[in-house]
Amino acid sequence: MSPASVFVCLSLTLLSDYPVIRVKPDNSGVVTDGVKHSMNPFCEIAVEEAVKLKEKKFIKEVVAVSCGPTQVTETIRTALAMGCDRGIHVEVSGKDYEAMGPLQIAKIFAALAKKEEASLVILGKQAIDDDCNQTGQMTAALLDWPQGTFASEVTIDGEKVKVVREIDGGLETIKISMPAVLTADLRLNTPRYATLPNIMKAKKKKIANMKPADLGVDMVSRVEVLRVDEPPTRLAGVKVETVDDLVAKLKANGTI
Amino acid sequence: MAMGTLSRVVRLSSCIGRSRRLIFNSTQRRGIASCIDPAHGLSDEQKEFQKMAFDFAAHEMSPHMAEWDEKEIFPVETMRKAAQLGFGGIYVQPEVGGSGLSRLDTSVIFEALSTGCVSTTAYISIHNMCNWMIDTFGNTEQREKFCPELCTMDKFASYCLTEPGSGSDAASLLTTAKLEGDHYILNGSKAFISGGGDTDVYIVMCRTGGKGPKGISCVVVEKDTPGLSFGKKEKKVGWNSQPTRAVILEDCHVPVTNRLGQEGQGFNIAMRGLNGGRINIASCSLGAAHACVQLARDHLLVRKQFGEALSNNQFLQFKLAEMATKLVASRLLLREAAVALQESRSDAVSLCSMAKLFVTDECFNICNQALQMHGGYGYLKDYAVQQFVRDIRVHQILEGTNEVMRMIIARSLLSESG
Repeated sequence: MSPASVFVCLSLTLLSDYPVIRVKPDNSGVVTDGVKHSMNPFCEIAVEEAVKLKEKKFIKEVVAVSCGPTQVTETIRTALAMGCDRGIHVEVSGKDYEAMGPLQIAKIFAALAKKEEASLVILGKQAIDDDCNQTGQMTAALLDWPQGTFASEVTIDGEKVKVVREIDGGLETIKISMPAVLTADLRLNTPRYATLPNIMKAKKKKIANMKPADLGVDMVSRVEVLRVDEPPTRLAGVKVETVDDLVAKLKANGTI
Repeated sequence: MAMGTLSRVVRLSSCIGRSRRLIFNSTQRRGIASCIDPAHGLSDEQKEFQKMAFDFAAHEMSPHMAEWDEKEIFPVETMRKAAQLGFGGIYVQPEVGGSGLSRLDTSVIFEALSTGCVSTTAYISIHNMCNWMIDTFGNTEQREKFCPELCTMDKFASYCLTEPGSGSDAASLLTTAKLEGDHYILNGSKAFISGGGDTDVYIVMCRTGGKGPKGISCVVVEKDTPGLSFGKKEKKVGWNSQPTRAVILEDCHVPVTNRLGQEGQGFNIAMRGLNGGRINIASCSLGAAHACVQLARDHLLVRKQFGEALSNNQFLQFKLAEMATKLVASRLLLREAAVALQESRSDAVSLCSMAKLFVTDECFNICNQALQMHGGYGYLKDYAVQQFVRDIRVHQILEGTNEVMRMIIARSLLSESG
C-alpha cells in the first residue's frame, strides 16, 4: 500500500542573512517588525524532498502546513509553487504567536497528521532563528511514531523508510516503519527554484484555514522567556611575548 | 562588524560549499531598506516571481558576473537553467512554450535578474523580444517551428536591424532581399549584433520594396544558412558576457516561408518590438542601480575616514538620499510604462520612450555616483560597482539612443492637435 499523503511542516523565520538583528529595548525578545521573513532554509529542503518523493511516485499528495500569522501564507504559497498540492494554514497570532514554541507547534502538527491520516511528516531539522531542533522530535513523540532526524538521505522501501542520518560520529543508517516523522538536514538535497508556470499554478491551489482550537490544541506555553540579551561584546585580547608568559597568564586566570 | 569586507572576501572566493542558503555575499538578500524595496506595490504573485528571480540572480549569476565579464564567457548553461524556470519566453504565449506573463511581470523579473548580471540579463531580454516577435507576427508553422526551442533556449536568437550606415536612421537600411521563386536572396550587413555568431536564429530586417519604412520586411535566417557569415568579435567596454559581431549576408537564400508577417510590415514589427525592448533594457538599468544603491549604502556604513563612518557625513547622506529618490522615481515611471504597453494605451509609445530615456540616464548616474562613493576601491575590478557602471552605460545608446527617445516624445507633443 503506497503512502497516501506526506505533510511538510514549514517554519517562517527571519531572513537568513539579515545583517543586524536587534534586541528589543525591554529585553523581552528580538525586534521582528519590519524585518524580512522567509521560509526556513531547512524547511525548503524538506519541501524539496517531499516533492521529489511524489515525482518518484512513492507518494500521492504533498500538503504544506504552517502555523502563524497571515504572513505565513506567503511561505505556504512558495511551497505550493515548488510542487506541493495543497496547503493548510493554522492561524496563530498576537500573544499566542509570541508565546508559541516547539511544543505547541508539535501538538498542532501531530493533531493534523492524525486527522488527515498522513503517512509521513517531514520538517526542517531546526529553525534558524531559534535553533531549537525540537519540533520534529516532539511531533513524533506525541504521535508515538518512529523518527528519522538529521536525514541526509531518504529512501522508501515498501512500508519502511531507510534514513541515513548525520550524527556527530558520522553517518547512521536506520530503517523505520511508516507512518513516521523525518527532519531534513543540510545535505539532503538542493531545493529547486519555483518555475514561473508553477508559481502561476500555485495561485489556484487551495490553502485551508484553521485555528488551533479546531484541532483541540491548548496553546498555553509551559516556558516563560525571562530575558533576551545580546552576546557580550568581545573584549580585547592580550598579546604575550613568550610561551612561558602565556602559561603564566593562563594559570593566573584560573584557566589551567 | 566589517560586513562589507566579509562580503568582498566571500565574493572573491566564489561559493562556500553546498549551503547556498547560508551565503553572505549576495547583494540582493541584505536587509533591503524598506523605502527602496522593489516589492512595494506588487501583487502576491508578482512578489513570488520577483523573489524567485532575485534568488536565481544571487545564486546562479552574481557569483560568476565578474568572471563572465573578464573572460567574455557567453553563459549558455546558466541561461538554459533560467529558461527551465520560464525565462526564455516570459511574454510569449503558453501554447508554444512561453510563460504568458505581462509586460509588468517581465519588467519586475528583468530588474531582479540584473542585480546578478546586467549583461546576461540584457541578452536574455533581447532573446525574449525575438521570441515574442515570432510568436506575435508569425503564422502557425513559424510559431511552432521556432518558439518552443527559443522558450527552452535550446536555440538562441539575435535581432538584426542596425547597419554600419543606419543606426538611429533605421528606416534607411540597405540590406536587400530580392524575391526569386520561393526564396529571398539577402545581401548586406548588420552591425553590433548581440549574440551574433553564437546564436541560432536571426531576425533580420531587410528591404524587399522601395525606399523608406514601407519597403522593409522581416525574415528569420537560421544559422548555417549558406551566405550567412560573421565579422570579428567586438571588444567592448561592457556587455562582455554576450558576443557582439557584424552579421554578413552574401547571396544568402532564405525561404519565403521564413518571412514574418507581410512584405512591408517589417518596420512596424521592429517598432512594436522596440517598445517592449525599451522597457526591458530600462529594467536592466534599474536592477543595476538598485544593486549599486545597496552597495554604496553598505560601503558608507563600513568605511571610516576622519575618525568616523562615511555614513555620518551629511553630503554623502544627502547624495544617497538623492540616489534612492531617483531610483524609486525611475521604477514608478518604468512600471507605469509597462502597464500602458500591456493595455495598449494611446500613450504607450511615448511612455516607453520617456521611461527608457529617464531610467537609463538616471540609473547610470546612480551607479556612477555609487562608484564615486567607493573611492579608489570603486575603480577596482574586485568590486562589482564598476561592472554595473560599465554594463549599463550602453543602455543610453542602444534600443534607440536617448536622443531618438527625445525625438519620439517631442513628435508626440508637437503633433497633437489642439
